[in-house]
Amino acid sequence: MVERRPLLAVLSHVVLILGVLVVAFPLYMTFVASTQTVDEIIHPPMTLWPGSHLIENYTAAWNGTGGGNGSKAPVGQMMVVSLITALVISLGKIAISLLSAFAIVYFRFRFRMVVFWGIFITLMLPVEVRILPTYQVVSDLGMLNSYAGLTIPLIASATATFLFRQFFLTVPDELVEAARMDGAGPLRFFKDVLVPLSSTSIAALFVIQFIYGWNQYLWPLLVTTNEDMYPVVIGIKRMISGGDAQTAWNVVMATALMAMIPPAVVVMLMQKWFVKGLVDTEK
Amino acid sequence: MEKRVVFRSGWLPWVLIAPQALVILVFFFLPAGQMLVQSVQQSNAFGTSVEYVGLDNFRNLWNDASYLESFYTTAIFSTLVAVLGIGISLLLAVFADRIVRGALIYKTLLIWPYAVAPAVAGVLWLFMFAPSVGVVTYWLGVLGVNWNHLLNGPQAMALVIMAAVWKQISYNFLFFLAGLQSIPKSLIEAAAIDGAGPWRRFRTIVFPLLSPTTFFLLVINIVYAFFDTFGIIDAVTQGGPGKATSILVYKLYYDGFKAMDLGGSAAQSAVLMVIVVALTVVQFRFVEKKVNY
Repeated sequence: MVERRPLLAVLSHVVLILGVLVVAFPLYMTFVASTQTVDEIIHPPMTLWPGSHLIENYTAAWNGTGGGNGSKAPVGQMMVVSLITALVISLGKIAISLLSAFAIVYFRFRFRMVVFWGIFITLMLPVEVRILPTYQVVSDLGMLNSYAGLTIPLIASATATFLFRQFFLTVPDELVEAARMDGAGPLRFFKDVLVPLSSTSIAALFVIQFIYGWNQYLWPLLVTTNEDMYPVVIGIKRMISGGDAQTAWNVVMATALMAMIPPAVVVMLMQKWFVKGLVDTEK
Repeated sequence: MEKRVVFRSGWLPWVLIAPQALVILVFFFLPAGQMLVQSVQQSNAFGTSVEYVGLDNFRNLWNDASYLESFYTTAIFSTLVAVLGIGISLLLAVFADRIVRGALIYKTLLIWPYAVAPAVAGVLWLFMFAPSVGVVTYWLGVLGVNWNHLLNGPQAMALVIMAAVWKQISYNFLFFLAGLQSIPKSLIEAAAIDGAGPWRRFRTIVFPLLSPTTFFLLVINIVYAFFDTFGIIDAVTQGGPGKATSILVYKLYYDGFKAMDLGGSAAQSAVLMVIVVALTVVQFRFVEKKVNY
């Protein structure tokens, strides 16, 4: 602050509080709806204060015993699917990107640049663009309705490979020389020197990729047709069917809230790495 | 940039690259190649015969009024999402940058929507604006506005834009805040000593110095509106009413999976790919040059 302007300071707080309220309002309404009965919700106006049915709605959602015409897959099981998918995608991306960045930076081999550009080009082929043929490939391989089908096609990562490549290039050559003097081979150097040095980048990438994996929508929508392989994001959508009155909004909203909690907790608790991850992956 | 010291091995690098290469070949290059082949083929209704038709699929797209309309819808949608999202986050970031105490609390309370899945964000907004049960619908009714996005195209568009902007504000906010904090304080102080007020300083110093960030966010937000909003559209409107919110990605999904038009959807994919390539090139040229004034 370069000058004292009390009025402007007050205005700043007012604008930010308004911003926070507008951003939080949908979340609050979700919470309120998840504590009411269906009858209370379908007779507008809905109250703005939490009701008394919190525990029964969440239990109903968790066990898949809510009313309504839509899908009734239990949330507990969908959360497990989402968690496994998000973990496999995020850790898988980190693992294969570390390995390929190591190969590209620390070895000289023929077609090295071809490999590099091959990985680079995948940036220009998002799932949304090649959905139909990718679906055909996955279906031909018999990977529909499986964790492999949900995760492996999303696991290649140009951004993560670049991030690690940039980082490895800044690692001093003396470390390689020292490791060699001590008789360490390339894999030993990778495991004991390079990976520990990259731990901040790995944490940052993990936060971003975990959210990416958890929030996938289009791809799971195509490859899962069995209720027991639905990730929770898909499950919510399938619970809404028919008109407003036939949807068990209280259970849907309880599910939505539970679906938001894991990635939101990751963002808030790992805020430092989250911000670093966002900035690094986009540069 | 290259490493001076490297390891020597003929086979090890290939083993290290193998997992990534395998995934890319099977799930990226193979499908993309198939897509390009299909885009110049036409199969009959039963999928029993396939013939080469040259650029007919692209010509059909060009003559298809609904495809051009989808382009127009996408243009309006992505422009509004990008402009509103960037405008609101810039406002919030500028004020957050002025605040000394409690800045971290505001920041934490503003960034969490990033973690919300687009489809879930869509459901949240759908619930508030649901024609017969929504809270906001009720308030609008009291004010004399009849809200029904299931029947009214512009209202449906407004709803998906609100949900899309809401989800993206946190991202833009973080980048603007980082941009603001990297502006040298001495510049601002010098201007203040010369008698420039806060608005004047923003207009003549802060905003121009933020232009690289703004431009970068513009590209990122357009990419977001083009591709990542599929979940919002599918949860809120399914492209309707009519085709009012059927953006290009949604139309591609619909034509490919619901209408089973292989050749046509492959041609649509090819067009989208050209758009992605163009956006990526713009983004990278910018990152290399680091536009600054």
